[in-house]
Amino acid sequence: MSMINYASREINCKIVYYGPGLGGKTTNLEHVYGKVQPDTRGKLISLATETERTLFFDFLPVDLGTIRGFKTRFHLYTVPGQVYYNASRKLILKGVDGIVFVADSQIERMEANQEAMQNLYDNMAEYGYDLTRMPFIIQYNKRDLPNAAPVKELQAALNPGWEVVDPSKQRVMPDAYHAGENLVEQLPTGEWVERATYFEAVAVTGDGVFDTLKAVSKLVLKALA
Amino acid sequence: MSSGASSWSFTEDDFGAITQSLQRFLYESNARCALLVDRTGQLVATVGEQPKFDPTAFATLTAADFSANDQLARLIGETDFNSLFHQGEKESMYLADVARRVILVVLFDNRTTLGLVRLKMKQSVDELTAIFQQVFERPQTGHGEGGGLLSGAEDEIDKLFQ
Repeated sequence: MSMINYASREINCKIVYYGPGLGGKTTNLEHVYGKVQPDTRGKLISLATETERTLFFDFLPVDLGTIRGFKTRFHLYTVPGQVYYNASRKLILKGVDGIVFVADSQIERMEANQEAMQNLYDNMAEYGYDLTRMPFIIQYNKRDLPNAAPVKELQAALNPGWEVVDPSKQRVMPDAYHAGENLVEQLPTGEWVERATYFEAVAVTGDGVFDTLKAVSKLVLKALA
Repeated sequence: MSSGASSWSFTEDDFGAITQSLQRFLYESNARCALLVDRTGQLVATVGEQPKFDPTAFATLTAADFSANDQLARLIGETDFNSLFHQGEKESMYLADVARRVILVVLFDNRTTLGLVRLKMKQSVDELTAIFQQVFERPQTGHGEGGGLLSGAEDEIDKLFQ
């Protein structure tokens, strides 16, 4: 739920990093925190356990520039990934404007990724939000690990696409970030599907972190336009 | 099913009315500072002594505090707790729900009492509820959720991310 404050000339938006435990959500935020100019970001707040596992959320506000004289301020949140923290995970989704799903590319984590994705759909539906109609990006993290699954497999498992029913939207839309791939396309079965944009990342070194953030922020602002 | 939560905006007139109500409340209650935070954790307004802490972080934690307590309320069979009180040695804070969408947070010290703050806050919450209900009921003009502010700004948005 973006908030436009005409008095302070600010547009405030909320982006939530979702995904399985130990997938790199907090690392994404830490990298952003370390790289942006201190005058364009606030404090990084972490409600974590003693072993640095996220207990409630991490939070980082960043300013990404000015549009029409309004400062665009993005509030970045992570959720706790561990399965048993669902109550707090759901609370963070309240009023979300854009979602980044941080998947762990390791083959062994495939099931955890799928569970987290299902949980995201369920929690969004409980708020009455439709994930397929809002800014949504998938980040395949830990691409540097030897046991990382091929992107194709991850896409098939986590981003197979949702059906496009509206005939006016049944036209091929190329993926601006991956040459030769489409976000909206017709399957050999005749069905039209739309997939979320994805990025490959190594959050510990920062690869792909800003690409992901920029893409989701852009989608959020375009949804307002 | 909506695509996501609806956005809302408020004008300088709304801001003026909110500030006026809160200033009167601070004067009558002798509290130090009042902050308005929306339920998603965004700071709406600060009135009174400017806080020395980071208000953005404060707003986020306030919303989380309120949400967590809402869930606790449900576990014990209540629908919600419409106010919360945190007592410190010198500084205390009192939080109250406004129109189910906004939280009023009041910071006060030993120059006043909890009783007085609570008494005066009730009137202020009623006033703010009326103001916010108007804000939320105001129809958003039809150019997307930004109420037209960003319509046609696609190029500018693209440039921001080049």
